[in-house]
Amino acid sequence: MTESTYAQLVGLCAAVLLLSAVLIVWRRSLPAQIRLLAVQGWALGVLVAVLGVHEGDVELSLVALLVLALKGVVLPRVLTRATVTEHGALREETPLVNTTASLILLALLTMLAYVVSRPVLALGSTSPLAAVPVGFAMTLFGFLVLSTRRHAVSQLIGFLLLDNGIGTVAFLTAGGVPLVVELGVSLDVLLVVLILQVLTSRIRAEFGDADLDDLTELRD
Amino acid sequence: MNGNGPATVLAVTQVVVLLVLSPLLIGLMRTVRARLEGRVGGGLLQPWRDLRKLHAKEPLRADGTTWVSVAGPMVLMASSIVVCALTPLLGTVTFDRLPDDLFVVVSVLLLGTVALALVGLDAGTAFGGMGSSRHMTIAALVEPTVLLAVYALSIPVGSSVLSRIVDARLADPASVMSPVSLLSLLALTIAVVAETGRLPVDNPATHLELTMVHEAMVLESSGRDLAWLELGCWLRLAALLGLLTTLLAPWGVVSHVSVPGLLLAAVTLTAKLALAAGLLATVEVFLAKLRLFRVPELLAGSFVLAFLAVTASYLVMPG
Repeated sequence: MTESTYAQLVGLCAAVLLLSAVLIVWRRSLPAQIRLLAVQGWALGVLVAVLGVHEGDVELSLVALLVLALKGVVLPRVLTRATVTEHGALREETPLVNTTASLILLALLTMLAYVVSRPVLALGSTSPLAAVPVGFAMTLFGFLVLSTRRHAVSQLIGFLLLDNGIGTVAFLTAGGVPLVVELGVSLDVLLVVLILQVLTSRIRAEFGDADLDDLTELRD
Repeated sequence: MNGNGPATVLAVTQVVVLLVLSPLLIGLMRTVRARLEGRVGGGLLQPWRDLRKLHAKEPLRADGTTWVSVAGPMVLMASSIVVCALTPLLGTVTFDRLPDDLFVVVSVLLLGTVALALVGLDAGTAFGGMGSSRHMTIAALVEPTVLLAVYALSIPVGSSVLSRIVDARLADPASVMSPVSLLSLLALTIAVVAETGRLPVDNPATHLELTMVHEAMVLESSGRDLAWLELGCWLRLAALLGLLTTLLAPWGVVSHVSVPGLLLAAVTLTAKLALAAGLLATVEVFLAKLRLFRVPELLAGSFVLAFLAVTASYLVMPG
């Protein structure tokens, strides 16, 4: 792989990551958001694989496979199962901030990401480092989704977006993490998502809806 | 550039080619749509026949209309012709004093938009005013996107002259697949669809007054005026679609003027436009018109994409 193809591939993966993050905020339907999350997982996996092939690192390629399997296949499946039992409420109907305003916020958050990642960008001019702001931007988008959506599954998607952002920054700056660490983190995320999925179905079974804003009072 | 001779030849050729092609393009889009919907349709030449019929008719103007109704169609037509002459559709030879700068092209486009809106307002009817107000709302949201998207494309080239951007793409076809280029072309596509009043922003075939945007503005025009307005809008559509396809697939565009070169460029442009128009019409069959209050959402989305394209132009560091 020549240097320029490598730079192009890293740039392309970063662009797909960013684009899917934007589209997750844009779309209202939960199945579409989950599909986009799967696309993002694949892009992250390919990014790690590209980094691994470039560094000639076998362990990193294994991590890439792990990321692909978990974020591209397993987590979207689990999320789909969390939505499939619902009847009709497959859309984020009333986000706290409307879509137009959230999209404008995305532009501002991207700028913020570029500002905060200036120290990282100053470290060098390699293409993975140049893509680091994308990771920060995804993390910030994740926070936005977490704080402005009401639907439990939407918030779960926001959490995974956040996690993908952190993962992207880690892979781009550190040139990958050891397999053991990645395995631990992945299991954590999987466990969290599984627990939240069960919790979501319980909430829905109890209240007939998964709107978290209804959960404001304590009763026994 | 050695004098303005070649540039003039190129500009005149572009205007003539687009004048001939744009009604055919509309005919093609209507035919594709009709066939996909199981109708026969009016045929490729129907827009040409409509134009001829309208041209032979005297324009009837409502009482109380001013010179705006007379001048508006002319201004729209003139601005469309200037846009056709300036955008690098067939070749990238530019005038010495008047380069096809991005900001020049967008401002000329806006001139036509304003003329059309004024025509809609002039007769003082409720529908005309409604259409103009919607049209200006959409235009105000679209222009920043167009500017930002092409600005993103101009960063790697270092020039906001459209011809130079196309030149750079001809020299390095791989740059078409870069993140910047993909993001900004996506944003530009949405902007062009909104600007030319196609689905899902405006339904060009509608006769339901409450949803009309473009049709509401030309409701009061008739005869020659209507013919000029229609042709002006079709030229804009052809020029913008042409710009989009040229940026996406710059092949066939010549960098110096010669008769065989121009002929080949015209043939490639026809093929590219036909392909783009067919695709657009096919996609339109599957789309419903967006509710007017959801349109800003779509345009804000395209604005964000254009903005991300600008940020992404700092993403790929050279090797």
